[in-house]
Amino acid sequence: MGSSLNKPELLKGGKRLDGRGFDELRPLRIEAGVLKNANGSAYLEWGNNKVLAAVYGPREAMPKHVSDPTKGIVKCRYMMAPFSGIDDHGRSGPNRRSTEISKVAREAFENVILLNDYPSGMIEIFMEVLQSDGGTRAAGITAASVALANAGIHMKDMVYSVSAGRIGEHIVLDVNMIEDNYSDADMPMVIAPRNNDILLLQMDGGLDRAQFDQAVKMVLEAGKRIHAEQKRALEAYYGSAEKG
Amino acid sequence: MEIIETVKGGYVRNMLREGKRTGGRGMMDFRSISVRAGVMPNAEGSAQADVGDTRVLVGVKMMPEDPMPDTPDQGNMITNAELLQLAYEEYEPGPPSPESVEFARVVDRGIRAANCIDLTSLVLEDKKVWSIFIDLYVLNYGGNLFDAGYLAAMAALMNAKVPNYKDGAADHRQRDKSLKIDNIVTSATFGKIDGSVLLDMDINEERIADTRLTVAADGSVIRAMQKGLRGSLTVQEVRDMIGVSMEKHAQLKSVLETAVKEAK
Repeated sequence: MGSSLNKPELLKGGKRLDGRGFDELRPLRIEAGVLKNANGSAYLEWGNNKVLAAVYGPREAMPKHVSDPTKGIVKCRYMMAPFSGIDDHGRSGPNRRSTEISKVAREAFENVILLNDYPSGMIEIFMEVLQSDGGTRAAGITAASVALANAGIHMKDMVYSVSAGRIGEHIVLDVNMIEDNYSDADMPMVIAPRNNDILLLQMDGGLDRAQFDQAVKMVLEAGKRIHAEQKRALEAYYGSAEKG
Repeated sequence: MEIIETVKGGYVRNMLREGKRTGGRGMMDFRSISVRAGVMPNAEGSAQADVGDTRVLVGVKMMPEDPMPDTPDQGNMITNAELLQLAYEEYEPGPPSPESVEFARVVDRGIRAANCIDLTSLVLEDKKVWSIFIDLYVLNYGGNLFDAGYLAAMAALMNAKVPNYKDGAADHRQRDKSLKIDNIVTSATFGKIDGSVLLDMDINEERIADTRLTVAADGSVIRAMQKGLRGSLTVQEVRDMIGVSMEKHAQLKSVLETAVKEAK
């Protein structure tokens, strides 16, 4: 949260600062299969966010003591590059925020990956935020989901992520950095679209019950567009692979 | 040990299938809750919360420090959790685990989002501000750290007295003023096991849980939420949990107020 001294107006003339309507996503573009060494990868641009996701595996779980002979394990790393923000040079290495995000992201992916197909195996998911402008966990998870599919990992669904927030009385979709710093609520979600199962849910700020309902509705509606872009990215990759 | 846990897990599952919980507890009942404030008088504020077998001790310390660069007009609030090795056989030494980081951050988030402390009131002279350190010490793990953590942290803050501040130094032996508390936030943490939804999981329930959701609320709105574990939730399940959390708030708030009053 930012300082109360310099809180900016987040809405001007019924629009958000970047000109978006309340339920409008920032431009989203995903490219699958961008890295040579990884088993699967995706590059995502979402507004000013630029995120690279890669998947290694399935391979033998290491170190040995984490291995589970009955099912595969998932490792997940979300990290922001030290040069990713417009202001400070961030400290490198994992911090408490990235530790928490890596944990809840891993739990979301564990839900959809068919872990029983990978006994004693390990699937590693890396989400590197190269440029950040709010909503980077949603960007990272949405990209990683495409990278998992690109790696051929068995999944029961391809998840997407986006956050809803509140500015005054308005529920808004896909909260950007300045909105995240000064808004009245922020609620990132991860959804498995087949049944609209909620796999990640975090929230802070203030929402009453009607506002929560409206935020969820907005997320599920936007999810159709996000999911379509994920599919388009994969189709573009495999379409070009067939031709090539 | 593993066999005993499997047996206990099976027992819990069988009971839940019949809509029952150990001890005859209802699905949306808390275990017995007890909160004691002011238990560590050296700290500016302190409290111990027992929720069933779970015991969390919170100490609050206040130190004059520099403000964060992006919030020069505010004091600092720093929340940390220690899953002490003496609290549970599976807690390990070493750097903070993702679980302990999550625990601390979720408690911090609710207190911050509910504006329980007006951080702008913590500015001192000479560009110094108060840093409020909230340290969550898990003394015994018995399931559902989150709700015990919220209760202990909230009670410790409500119990806190501000050190006198003179000539650029804090006098921790003279504490004339109470820390001003503007709002009270409490949480309710739910689990889902084989499709059954239950409040305040004990250790045997939590060990086999598919999903967990913490909903922190004050008297009027939801202030923070955090889902954990690999299971899923439906929108309706979350809506119901929000309703229960808001409903339980009054009961938990009165436990806090009583504990703080008794400490005086």
